[in-house]
Amino acid sequence: MDGSGIRQALSMMNERGSGEGAGYVAYGIYPDYRDCYALHVFFDNIRENKSVVDATLAQWGTIEHDEAIPTYDRPNLRAVHTPWRYFFKPDPSLAPASTSPEDDIVSALTMRVNTARRGALIFSSGKDVGVFKAGGWPEDVADFYRIEDYEGYTWLAHNRYPTNTPGWWGGAHPFNLLGWSVVHNGEITSYGTNRRYIESFGYTCTMFTDTEVVAYLIDLLVRRHGLEIDLAVRALAPPFWEEIDRMPEAEREWNRALRLTYAPAMMNGPFAIVAADAGTMIGFTDRTKLRPMVVGECGDRLYISSEEAAIRAMEPKVESITMPAAGEPVVGRVAP
Amino acid sequence: MAKQVAIDGKGVHYTPLNQRIRKAVEDGADEIVVSNVLGQRFIGDGLRGNVTVRIYGVPGGDLAIFMSGPTVIVHGNAEHAPGNTMDAGKLIIHGNAGDAVAHSMRGGKVFVRGDIGYRGGIHMKQYETQCPILVVGGSAQTFLGEYMAGGLLIVLGLNGPIKAREIGSGIHGGEIIIRGDVDAACLATGATQVPFTDEDRARIAPVIREYAGDFGLDPEPLVSADYTRIIPASARPFVGKYTWE
Repeated sequence: MDGSGIRQALSMMNERGSGEGAGYVAYGIYPDYRDCYALHVFFDNIRENKSVVDATLAQWGTIEHDEAIPTYDRPNLRAVHTPWRYFFKPDPSLAPASTSPEDDIVSALTMRVNTARRGALIFSSGKDVGVFKAGGWPEDVADFYRIEDYEGYTWLAHNRYPTNTPGWWGGAHPFNLLGWSVVHNGEITSYGTNRRYIESFGYTCTMFTDTEVVAYLIDLLVRRHGLEIDLAVRALAPPFWEEIDRMPEAEREWNRALRLTYAPAMMNGPFAIVAADAGTMIGFTDRTKLRPMVVGECGDRLYISSEEAAIRAMEPKVESITMPAAGEPVVGRVAP
Repeated sequence: MAKQVAIDGKGVHYTPLNQRIRKAVEDGADEIVVSNVLGQRFIGDGLRGNVTVRIYGVPGGDLAIFMSGPTVIVHGNAEHAPGNTMDAGKLIIHGNAGDAVAHSMRGGKVFVRGDIGYRGGIHMKQYETQCPILVVGGSAQTFLGEYMAGGLLIVLGLNGPIKAREIGSGIHGGEIIIRGDVDAACLATGATQVPFTDEDRARIAPVIREYAGDFGLDPEPLVSADYTRIIPASARPFVGKYTWE
């Protein structure tokens, strides 16, 4: 499906935004370069900042192709950054000690470029996936990138209402690292704890907002620690101790172990989160349900949204609408 | 003859939509039919008068907020906080509703045929003759009647057992009446179960009959069913929690 449907769905919920950030991510949009990591970069000044990124990438692999991400002027959107994309193949021989050298190189490069703050920010780094975001209303951001020109099989989108930090392009959702992308409604009040924890594993938070940490936590738990995504979500939003105490023994034991092991990864505060990678889409809320989440199904399509109206805007004949219980993840798998 | 006004809500923002509804009421409409509603919030905001508003589609959050008098009938689901701070009148929802149904409601009735989300009846309140009533046909989720300060909240559980835990968390006024038994472990601190008496039954019977009439249900089995009554254990549940005397 192209991006026009989700653009329309997102615009149903403009009451939830403030025009300071919106974004989209689509999976399956770069079939010609599906073996390359697609790096989406914001340059502050293309002449000054690009050569540094070019050199860094060339040092760690091969740039198969790079180009400006096509954009189209919008009257209500000031282009404060230049969006660029690289299709990059890392050289695995440069990380011989790693079991997943290519992912590790790209992840480390992303952290290095973003931490250097030299006018370049890598905000999307997976294969056959791309984030398109900017400061503005959902329709303006969609039209700025003409997202209807992209054909993807999984789409996430977000309309931002920044409350605790300033709105800027890098702070718009989705947040992505390698395969996983995240959109979030709410606030992670445990951000300080989560950030200290994740930074001890070599991640660096550079986007000035809480949701970034969720993308890195999922990368750590799923890619590096090998947890299934539903288990990773259970670590991030575990059952209350009283619920764990009521479980049968075997279940109680592993839930206790998971919660103790990942105590600093546990997220507090209000949240409804949807995350996706190439094969999965998962939605979950905080354990006391302080944010809404509605799930729709129609044929083999799964919709997760803050409001039912957005789902019906995209799928007027939706077959089922449900509101999952707090903390109960909803998982969709891409059929092989 | 009753005056009917039709409004097509397709793609209309809630501000002009509400202006058109208010204009129709001013012009003496008895019934307003709003079709193709999708996600518009605040429909019926502060609306007064004797009018009936029929909504076809899925209205957005805060439906009938501050409403004082009219009847709003929704042929579809509702989103968060329908009946928010409603003052008088009636809201009938033929589908399900989201979280915080009847939020801070201070008068009138909200009848939901299906399930409601979390925090149903949060901070409902009453004063002298003002006593809000929320009746849910299906199930209610956790934190039902949270911080409830007054009013009557009934859950009929017609679609199976109630899912709510932490019922009446911080309740300090009003009452929650649930059809069937409720596990005491599902009650929050500050809420307490008391016997459901014949006087209680006589008091809720007219409400149940009205609800059943609105949805075409047989009222008598519901009137004669067993109920659990939950009330505040204290009028000041948080004394000593935030301040010390």
